[in-house]
Amino acid sequence: MSQAPAVEAVDVTREYQLGGVAVPALRGVSVTIRPGDYAAVLGPSGSGKSTLMHLLGGLDRPTSGTLRIAGRDVRELSATELAGLRNRTIGFVFQSFHLLARTSAVDNVALPLVYAGVRAGERRRRAEELLDRVGLGHRLRHRPGQLSGGEQQRVAIARALVTGPSLLLADEPTGNLDSATGAEVLGLLEQLNRESGVAVVVVTHDRDVAARASRQIRMRDGLVVA
Amino acid sequence: MRFAEAWRVALDALRANRLRSGLTMLGVVIGVAAVVVLVAIGTGAKQEVESQVQGLGSNLLLVVPGKVSFGNAPTVSPMTMTDVDTVARIAGGRDRLTATLSSGETVRAGVNSKFTSVLGVLETTPTVFTRALAQGTYVSRSDVDTGRRVAVLGYGVAQKLFGDRDPVGLQMDVAGVRFRVVGVFAKLGQSLGVDRDDEVHIPITAAQRLLGTARVDALAIKAADATRLDLLSAQVTGELTHRHPGTEFSAVTQDQILGVLGKVLGVLTGVLAAIAGVSLLVGGVGVSNIMLVSVRERTREIGLRKAVGARTRDVTVQFLIEAVLLTTIGGITGLALGIGAAYLVAALSPVPAAITWWAITLAFGVSAAVGIIFGVVPAQRAGRLDPVIALRTE
Repeated sequence: MSQAPAVEAVDVTREYQLGGVAVPALRGVSVTIRPGDYAAVLGPSGSGKSTLMHLLGGLDRPTSGTLRIAGRDVRELSATELAGLRNRTIGFVFQSFHLLARTSAVDNVALPLVYAGVRAGERRRRAEELLDRVGLGHRLRHRPGQLSGGEQQRVAIARALVTGPSLLLADEPTGNLDSATGAEVLGLLEQLNRESGVAVVVVTHDRDVAARASRQIRMRDGLVVA
Repeated sequence: MRFAEAWRVALDALRANRLRSGLTMLGVVIGVAAVVVLVAIGTGAKQEVESQVQGLGSNLLLVVPGKVSFGNAPTVSPMTMTDVDTVARIAGGRDRLTATLSSGETVRAGVNSKFTSVLGVLETTPTVFTRALAQGTYVSRSDVDTGRRVAVLGYGVAQKLFGDRDPVGLQMDVAGVRFRVVGVFAKLGQSLGVDRDDEVHIPITAAQRLLGTARVDALAIKAADATRLDLLSAQVTGELTHRHPGTEFSAVTQDQILGVLGKVLGVLTGVLAAIAGVSLLVGGVGVSNIMLVSVRERTREIGLRKAVGARTRDVTVQFLIEAVLLTTIGGITGLALGIGAAYLVAALSPVPAAITWWAITLAFGVSAAVGIIFGVVPAQRAGRLDPVIALRTE
């Protein structure tokens, strides 16, 4: 465990303002994710696990505490720098896939490379390579509507990995899939974790899903309980 | 994100919602087309008037009794042929001047008759005003001196009375009095709805006898050069006022006529363009409205783009380009439509139309500007969306 953490949260809190009242979503959480980790964030809804995922992914900033992504304190980053950091170091996989509906699989996968300033030819090449890796090399030109749920989530995983991030954050990645397809998707995440060393954090309320990870982070009422 | 990429994304988004994009553009299309057509008509009318006034001949001074201004009733002229001789001396010779006496009369040849403008003239008219003959000759000096009953017909009058026959040498009636046709003017056509071929010229002396008067309505002087116009104007009006105390005389140059007409037509064009501009503005509001709807509809897409690394600026630029594309495509379509409509108006009506580069540039520039102005608010709203909230939106 000598490697620098992919992301590190130290005593992080996050409050939301609801009608002038501060509602705490995270009340002092410390989490370290190292390269190659395979962790599950487990907890009931409202426990703060989604808020934690948004913070670890640089989509949000903590109210207090220190958050370092790839060694950089997010307090010192502008919105533009944070966007660039997200682009290069974080990959997101969502429960509802979040694919662009009118766009082919290969162009969906290539989307993060558009914001990385990669040329079109190179984008296509890398997107095709990743789709091949997730087993969709034969579905390059299909649109999301022409793909099954499991295939759509594979496209989303390929998109999350296309910029070569060090951390992949998956928010209920099997939530919209039947159990067999869900198991396949988890298997794919585990395989990618083993083969390329990308850290994977799966946010879930499903104990069976969490049990497959090498490490469980249990949350309740905005705190890490185990 | 590269700029070219943003254009492609924007174009894709518009294509995905063809009907909505089309309807949104329609407001801009109609606005731009209206601006182009109305400005074309205004400009065309102005050019037409200018070319006509200039086509009369150069260095002209028109002398009439009373004040020259719009809305004033014409003054009955106290001028007679002796005034013509006096003014001719001041102007430097009889061939530098012409006099007119005009009246509306019925002319007739056989069974064909026509109510037309009958002009009593001096033989110098074709040299003072540039006027070409198609057939025969013009009124001569001796015709004027003896009050001979000869007539030169406008092309339209000749057609109406004599059809395809050569009218030179034939007889006709002017207000029931027999005249002989000596010439026919070359065809001038219509301008601003006025048939310029609808007139008959007869010697002014014959006209005076026909109408039972000794008056001369107006004088036109052709100055040797433009620099003498002002001096000549003062001399002529001074002499005429001296000879007819109590009557005011006005002498106007072509430039003055052009100035007045130009101002009137300029204001008219401006008002028309402003009305059309309002419709363009309404089109812009429509674009703004649709862009706001589009931002709301695509909240999740915006959240996703931000999650994978789009900066605020990337998203703002994407939506701004979308708005500008809507209005510029609408602008180009409107431009094509407007130019087509302007040519149609020019072809089917007596109203001339002139397409000018400045009108095209203006219409296109304004439509692009409308896109930017009315796209900015929705685009900024899109750019500022919080990705966490945007991703959660269902």
